[in-house]
Amino acid sequence: MRISMNVNGQTREADVEPRLLLVHFVRDVLELTGTHWSCDTSNCGACTVQLDGEPVKSCTVLAVRANGHEVTTIEGIWSGTELTPMQEGFRQEHGLQCGFCTPGMILTATAFLENNPDPTEAEIREAISGNLCRCTGYENIIKAVQWAANSREGVSV
Amino acid sequence: METDSRHTMGDRMLRKEDGRFIRGKGNYVDDVRLPSMLHSAILRSPFAHARINNIDTSAALELEGVHAVITGEDLAAQGLAWMPTLAGDTQAVLATDKVRFQGQEVAFVVADDKYVAQDALELIDVDYEPLEVIVDSRKALEEGAPIIRDDKEGKEDNRIFSWDAGDKEATQRAFERAEVTVSQDMFYPRCHPAPMETCGAVADYDVSTGKMTLHMTSQAPHAHRTLFAMVSGLPEHQIRIISPDIGGGFGNKVPIYPGYVCAAVASLILGQPVKWMESRSDNLMSTSFARDYHMTGEIAATSDGEILGVRSTILADHGAFDAHAQPGEQYPTGFFPIFTSCYDVPAAYAAATGVYSNKAPGGIAYRCSFRVTEAIYLMERTMDVLADELEMDPVELRRKNFVKKEQMPYVSVMGWEYDGGDYDAGLDEALRIAGYEELLEEQKKAREEGRIMGIGFSTFTEIVGAGPGKKCHIAGIEMFDSAELRLHPTGKAILKLGVKSQGQGHETTFAQIVAGELGIPAENVEVREGDTDNTPFGLGTYASRSTPVCGAATAIVSRKVREKGKKIAAHMLEASAEDMEWTGERFQVKGSPDRGATMEEVSFAAYTNVPDGEEAGLEGVTYYDPPEMTYPFGAYICVVEIDRGTGQVEVKRFIAVDDCGVRINPMIVEGQMHGGLASGIGTALMEVIEFDEEGNHLNSSFMDYLMLTSMEAPSYELGEIVTPSTHHPLGARGVAESPTVGSPPAVVNAVVDALSPYGVRHLDMPLTPARVWAALRENGVDA
Ligand code: FES
Ligand code: FES
Repeated sequence: MRISMNVNGQTREADVEPRLLLVHFVRDVLELTGTHWSCDTSNCGACTVQLDGEPVKSCTVLAVRANGHEVTTIEGIWSGTELTPMQEGFRQEHGLQCGFCTPGMILTATAFLENNPDPTEAEIREAISGNLCRCTGYENIIKAVQWAANSREGVSV
Repeated sequence: METDSRHTMGDRMLRKEDGRFIRGKGNYVDDVRLPSMLHSAILRSPFAHARINNIDTSAALELEGVHAVITGEDLAAQGLAWMPTLAGDTQAVLATDKVRFQGQEVAFVVADDKYVAQDALELIDVDYEPLEVIVDSRKALEEGAPIIRDDKEGKEDNRIFSWDAGDKEATQRAFERAEVTVSQDMFYPRCHPAPMETCGAVADYDVSTGKMTLHMTSQAPHAHRTLFAMVSGLPEHQIRIISPDIGGGFGNKVPIYPGYVCAAVASLILGQPVKWMESRSDNLMSTSFARDYHMTGEIAATSDGEILGVRSTILADHGAFDAHAQPGEQYPTGFFPIFTSCYDVPAAYAAATGVYSNKAPGGIAYRCSFRVTEAIYLMERTMDVLADELEMDPVELRRKNFVKKEQMPYVSVMGWEYDGGDYDAGLDEALRIAGYEELLEEQKKAREEGRIMGIGFSTFTEIVGAGPGKKCHIAGIEMFDSAELRLHPTGKAILKLGVKSQGQGHETTFAQIVAGELGIPAENVEVREGDTDNTPFGLGTYASRSTPVCGAATAIVSRKVREKGKKIAAHMLEASAEDMEWTGERFQVKGSPDRGATMEEVSFAAYTNVPDGEEAGLEGVTYYDPPEMTYPFGAYICVVEIDRGTGQVEVKRFIAVDDCGVRINPMIVEGQMHGGLASGIGTALMEVIEFDEEGNHLNSSFMDYLMLTSMEAPSYELGEIVTPSTHHPLGARGVAESPTVGSPPAVVNAVVDALSPYGVRHLDMPLTPARVWAALRENGVDA
């Protein structure tokens, strides 16, 4: 099937099998390997991308389902010159160790803050509860989201 | 951007590696893409124990896009159907005679893409003849039990080893004369490290040069290269292992798995790169599990709580192949003999039996140093049983039996020499943070209100940092580690290590060590590891050994370089080397503070103004063999509340005071603590791998293998004390595993404490709502 979608601001087209998962389309066809996968069962959130601004687990979305839509991955969440407050927050608060869950966490948390710019700790915990992290015990991820909530400005690099 | 850019030892420096990860620019094995690379999938056994009568791969081979289907027979033709394990046993790469656990590797398909490879698996026809299954290790040695390892000549039962240590008679005498003895059976269930990234490899055999490059999720790339050379017969210099960014290891990426070997064989046969990546269920079903110990802990004591002797009995389930991670065959139970822990125990004895079962092979040390987790759990759980028996405060009982600070360096009755420690200080600090008196008040009040609240303790010592080489080895290779340091003319450095980070932040921590030793900013030190062609030989990162061993190597190689720098500085300043002193920031002529040279200046001179008789350049290499292991320790307090209706355990507070010696980067240390605590609390509450009677794996996805999420994780209350290691050149001990070791007993002790008014003295992990609910109802607690 021929599909076309806007990925990180660019139109991307490809012929794909109907069964191809969005996560594989992004990683293998578009070679945007910042999006990870870890479970295949929609439990971990490592594969989170934004579909029309909403975080989705791309291992549970068919690539054809994204036809005509907008997809944002970690590579497209920032301008290329300026890190987002969320990216910077993860660094400032040591919100990552191996980094494997990090892109998914950032995508989930970014979308969350857009709807809830001043969240409580409990709200943050709930918002990221579909994203597993095996390294950090979550404490510093929560602080990273708080850091981002407190610093609306982007951070130039 | 960071403004302060001169970080050194001891600073909370932000991590150098983070820049790529927050941009999605990490490079994990599955991100490796090579020209004409093929993909693969493994056909796995649906049975836990079955004879293979026939494998028909013809239909799969006909599928368009399939390049090869490799079976055990194909491997056998090359002598590769079996491979050695780290424990000195053998393991089937692809099954030939029988399958011995559900999920065992049976055939390896190579295809153009992973979807086609998966399709091909469906077309392979295997004729299995199911056999009787052993899943309960307690039945493995029964008369008439099926023999799992009939491939081993003369094997007539399922015993792997029988082992004991300590003084059996002296311990028996202690039990005979004790006023009080307690005994508790307990099970440390099978669980899994389950890093977020599964295991995988890209094997790339270059036909024109004969070189095999393996991009591989390896915690120990150098050791793996040597093992690959030994098994495959390829010359070692023609094997290059590149361990790129690793998405968490926790012990899972220590062993060599059949998938790696198959990918390498396929690349050799096809002359094209072959990628193998586990699915999550592959990972949970077939790669190394941890624990699976049935244990009995016994303590003999006086009526006022002085311990006279400790005894432990273990039944260890190692699965179908003994792929246990251990630092040498003399340690079939790893470092379990540390079980007397932080207590001054006059007599101790441990005996263990290891058996085969129809379960995945293992076990590895999931975020712990070789079975220390099991040992500490046994001790801490049994201590609480003793406190209950004596009606004594568990804090008082522990304190009474601590090895005292004055006894350091203490040699335990099991023969371990502790590198310092102050267990009283650790406990004091934990009690202070917890506000123990108020907590007891709060518990009293909660109980009056009918709420079920518990407080649990765990005080312990870890043992990490293996070597020394004379005591510890992997397949004969002594467990030293290495560092190679080179300073360039402008004073910028490259440090190459024998270890391999999986998220621990080596690029930052090790740069800080060099910075501390040489007075240059950590920002100017680039750390490289994980490429066997370009780093010195080392044993790798697991069992918290990076800082104790490789960190020491880094300090020492820096000092070597500084020694040479001193001669150059003397030459520059026209003084004699004896007259030079190191201020911590620069060389200086003794008594003339105005005459000095920084390491940057010395570096430049090393290439431009070398004294006569000295070689140019400024570099060194060190292979460090530690004189002893290190003994980080901790004092943990867990507060739980249990829902009467559902049995759900909520961890309300978790206080963890650790002494890991001198902290190189406190921010990273605390991050490691958080992660370790989450793992330990998860193990206590939910992580478990179980099997039904037929050997079906019941937790083969994250839908059933539950790990802590942000909802269950508490906010950790950390404390620290620092007693420097007596032998480590920086006084550091190692971290990140203590919390996984120390937290499960604290959680279980808290839950048992909560339920103790209803007569509960022990519950086995995981303390799921179902299990706690049953305990509540059995003991007459109404919802
Ligand atoms: S890989 Fe998509 S949720 Fe885990
Ligand atoms: S940082 Fe490793 S899984 Fe989250």
